[in-house]
Amino acid sequence: MATDRRRFLECMGWAGTGLVWSMAGGTASSVLLAPGQALAKPATPFSFVQVSDSHIGFTKDPNPDARVTFREAVAHIKALPNKPAFILHTGDVSQLSKPAEYDDADQILKEAGLPVFHVPGEHDMLDEGQGKAFLDRYGKDANGKVQGDGWYSFDHSGVHFVGLVNVKQLKAGGMGHLGDDQLAWLKQDLAARSASTPIVVFTHIPLWTLYPEWGWGTDDSAQALGLLARFGSVTVLNGHIHQVIQKTEGHVAFHTARSTAFPQPAPGQAAGPGPLKVPAGQLRDALGVRTVSLVRSGQPLAVVDQSLA
Amino acid sequence: MRLFLTALAAASLSFASAQAAPAPVTVKIENFTFNAQTITVAPGTTVTWLNDDDIPHTVVAADNKAFRSKVLDTGDKFTFTFASPGTYDYYCSIHPHMTGKVVVKGS
Repeated sequence: MATDRRRFLECMGWAGTGLVWSMAGGTASSVLLAPGQALAKPATPFSFVQVSDSHIGFTKDPNPDARVTFREAVAHIKALPNKPAFILHTGDVSQLSKPAEYDDADQILKEAGLPVFHVPGEHDMLDEGQGKAFLDRYGKDANGKVQGDGWYSFDHSGVHFVGLVNVKQLKAGGMGHLGDDQLAWLKQDLAARSASTPIVVFTHIPLWTLYPEWGWGTDDSAQALGLLARFGSVTVLNGHIHQVIQKTEGHVAFHTARSTAFPQPAPGQAAGPGPLKVPAGQLRDALGVRTVSLVRSGQPLAVVDQSLA
Repeated sequence: MRLFLTALAAASLSFASAQAAPAPVTVKIENFTFNAQTITVAPGTTVTWLNDDDIPHTVVAADNKAFRSKVLDTGDKFTFTFASPGTYDYYCSIHPHMTGKVVVKGS
């Protein structure tokens, strides 16, 4: 940070003489132009958006129609000053895994005009096939194949993205679960990556034990985090608990996201984790969208949460 | 005549079993808990789970075999009759920290 500040002050001296400023995720960065040089392509800064827990089909207090607020979230994304590269949806697309709910969600998301990557939430496991409807729609990789329960990875601008599924094979008395097959796949997927590759893991239920009394954690997350330990920058994005909670552990930054449908109580602050019934005028303060930016190679990703208010 | 006797026998059988059937029991699902968490019933008891939460739940035997409800939205019910004695652990397959137990015991 000291270096950045020094650089910032140095740059100030050049103001107006061939210096280009750009803002991303609330952090300033600059590119110095040599005489006669066109604007060099930056290291590969880019941004993407996370939305979560759209619960299309939810019509109860405090949100009579989750489609309306999801549409507002998409409008928010469209209005972002820097166009994001894509959208991650971290699960609970639907309330009850019904085809009409997925249809509505898709139609609303389409308005953003961006690629979307999905991982399922437990609400997307409620069809007769226990998640088959979700997998058929969203679980296919670039080759049109479903891998395991729908986990996959992809690369964008030097960042490795891993979508994990922790809402299948749940056991009585447990929390979220990854399972041995997925962990074996993850090990193999990460094996070829250099430790300097920034990693973004996105999944539905928190990958750290946030509040076991309400099932807010993943039984075998320690094994996944063990596989990620050698990487210099790991960002874990999840949903499920409908509120922003962040934590850093070594090189791993955990960020749980707001829902676009309804808030849930802070851990232990209610009899159960059901929808928090906020007054209509306050609902949009509690809903939101997250923008994640790679500002500069080698630095942690900048994570900015914005409400729909 | 034989047909008549068979019908009569079947009628009296079903009458007898209806009379002997223990009173049904209801388990409410509220605030992400099964209430009561443990119930003890006689063989033949019909248990009904009623979802009183504004979030969907399921009722699934811990062995994933004995019984499995469809998803229960608010106000939905699931009914299962416990014929044989035993201890039946169950959970909500979408919120697995929610667990309950049905103990079926002969008198």
